[in-house]
Amino acid sequence: MALAQRKDLLGLRDMSREEIEMILQTAVPMKDIIKRDIKKVPTLRGKALVTVFYEPSTRTRTSFEIAGKYLSADTVNLAVSTSSVQKGESLRDTIKTIEVMGFDVIVMRHAMSGTPHYVARNTDMRVINAGDGANEHPTQALLDLYTIKEKKGTLEGLAVTIVGDILHSRVARSNIYGLSKFGCDIRVVGPSTLMAPEIEKLGVKCYYDLEKAVAGADVVNILRIQKERQHSGLFPTLDEYANLYMIKKDKLKKAKEDVLILHPGPMNRGVEISSEIADGTQALINEQVTNGVAVRMALLFLMMGGTRDESTN
Amino acid sequence: MKVLIKNGRVIDPLNEVDGKMDVLINNGKIADMDKELEAGENVRVIDAKGKIVCPGFIDMHVHLRDPGYLYKEEIASGTRAAAAGGFTTVCCMPNTKPVVDNAAVAAYVRQIAARTGIINVLPIGAITREQKGEQLTEMADLIAAGCIAVSDDGKPVEKAEIMRNALEYAKMFDLPVLSHCEDLSLSRDGQMHEGYYSTIYGLKGIPAAAEEIMAERDIILARLTGGHVHICHISSQGTVDLIRKAKAEGIRVTCEVTPHHLTMTDEALGTYDANTKVNPPLRSAEHIQALLAGIKDGTIDCIATDHAPHELESKDCEFNLASFGISGLETAVPLIMSLLDKEFDMYRMVQLFTAGPARVLGLNKGSIGIGDIADITILDPDKIKTVDPDNFYSKGRNTPFGGRQLKGWPWMTIVNGKIVAEDGRIIEE
Repeated sequence: MALAQRKDLLGLRDMSREEIEMILQTAVPMKDIIKRDIKKVPTLRGKALVTVFYEPSTRTRTSFEIAGKYLSADTVNLAVSTSSVQKGESLRDTIKTIEVMGFDVIVMRHAMSGTPHYVARNTDMRVINAGDGANEHPTQALLDLYTIKEKKGTLEGLAVTIVGDILHSRVARSNIYGLSKFGCDIRVVGPSTLMAPEIEKLGVKCYYDLEKAVAGADVVNILRIQKERQHSGLFPTLDEYANLYMIKKDKLKKAKEDVLILHPGPMNRGVEISSEIADGTQALINEQVTNGVAVRMALLFLMMGGTRDESTN
Repeated sequence: MKVLIKNGRVIDPLNEVDGKMDVLINNGKIADMDKELEAGENVRVIDAKGKIVCPGFIDMHVHLRDPGYLYKEEIASGTRAAAAGGFTTVCCMPNTKPVVDNAAVAAYVRQIAARTGIINVLPIGAITREQKGEQLTEMADLIAAGCIAVSDDGKPVEKAEIMRNALEYAKMFDLPVLSHCEDLSLSRDGQMHEGYYSTIYGLKGIPAAAEEIMAERDIILARLTGGHVHICHISSQGTVDLIRKAKAEGIRVTCEVTPHHLTMTDEALGTYDANTKVNPPLRSAEHIQALLAGIKDGTIDCIATDHAPHELESKDCEFNLASFGISGLETAVPLIMSLLDKEFDMYRMVQLFTAGPARVLGLNKGSIGIGDIADITILDPDKIKTVDPDNFYSKGRNTPFGGRQLKGWPWMTIVNGKIVAEDGRIIEE
């Protein structure tokens, strides 16, 4: 399926390799736009985008908003905490209200898995999933893939280790779905209580030992550890977590020398990542953020500005 | 009025009957049964050629929602759904508002059922006051008011001591204790079966162990007390194994399984359609195979729907916020008939809907014999129809089976000698 024919972007699981490649290629010229002095192209003039985030986020929401603005779309952020959600309005009614204002696309984050899917079924607007529960965070994975490809030249056959709370991570799932379409050697590592059941059926190798998991890795993608997981008894203390799974120099000895370090942010320094790594030359954390804007511009362009409207006009 | 059902295949497992036979109904009772009966005067003749004539089907696990949740279901709508679905008797769970934890509420349910219902409604009383799991209900009083079992369904009795006392106390009255087995600490916030698909869909899992641990506890307590525990809506392989073993040991344990747990796997939750959300959750194919094996070898005593109707808003929302439950009365029989031949035969199926629940509850029902009350379900094994929730009699249209084409449907439902449903439609007086 070509992206322009797709109404929604809900996840990478059912996206083809060709579609992903198309987004990554289109993001290259988009990144050039970001670097220009005048960062504006008229591509999406007259289109309206709304971001609706039911979970706190700074970078993803801002990234979508600025991506839309660079492409000349009108962008609005619905502040959920001050909206009628607080008065008990149902999601369905909220979405209908937004729809009848004429928005073309809704970018949605929600703490509950499947909510963008539910919304997509109930609206004519295009829905882009900006992270739903523990299910998917497709644009994060796309920007991770872009960042890796930009540095390594290819994704084909790379060894990528994803570290941390696999069970609750939408970033892990979307990365697994994306990377597996490029024949990557995907390893996941973390405490057994934070490992998703039967995850190996997704074609990944599962480790509990960090050093073994990063041996020969081209990329290490570090997940944010959510501190409340400790309170629900899934691991004893943050100290023990850091002892076992924090990425620091001596844990990376067996990784490739030019191993890339990714982190979706925000970071817990001293918990899942050490400062020497976070601030080191192999860390691409800031580049990921820039690439995130480029990838989201590419996505918006392909979904809204491309051939679909022209061919049907 | 007299009714003569001619040319049908009568299956009555309680009396070990299976063969072509005519059945004459007079004054609400079975007046005669024989190979060939003459119609005579003033007799309505029903030609049941190619049809299966069975004792009235019994569903021992439904939620009729009255009192308190009339926006989900009423006894009027729930009993019509049951009749259209082929049932002549339903047992309704006490998790209403207020809870059926005293004789007055039980009497209310029976009164409303007598006034607005069109089939037999037998109330189930609570095990504990307000289903809080702390103080036993006045079970003798509940029995006097017509309750045929006790259950805190929807909630487990968390404390082993209370469950022990309930089994011990209910034993005096030979009253079955219907147990909703769920270890809440393992199932908390869970949305679906824990396994491969919960990993893929990113929904919090409910491990099969949450059911099995409590089933094992209740079996141990049944052994200790000699009470009769009936495990509701079993969904896991482990539970089937535990019950099989306990039965072999002579422990008084029985169990039921729902049609949805036999016919739909957890893969279906990928649409995030909350109509697939049910507790216990839809499980994986291996669990379904184990449940089917339990049906074949007799470990499972009966099929019950756990009919859990909900208003649209309870399901038309974020998956995590949606209520658990499936509106099951109008799809149960065709779903089970769709398994025929492949998994078990018609005789076994009829047993699971008639003699099975009658034995579990000690009811004087579930058979067709001369002198019996004429509660009869007639099945059309050849009818093919597509499930259409918009045509449900139940107020709850919450089914994941909408659009599924099924072969084998109830054809006629007769309660007390009166035809209440024909070909899926209710015959109003």
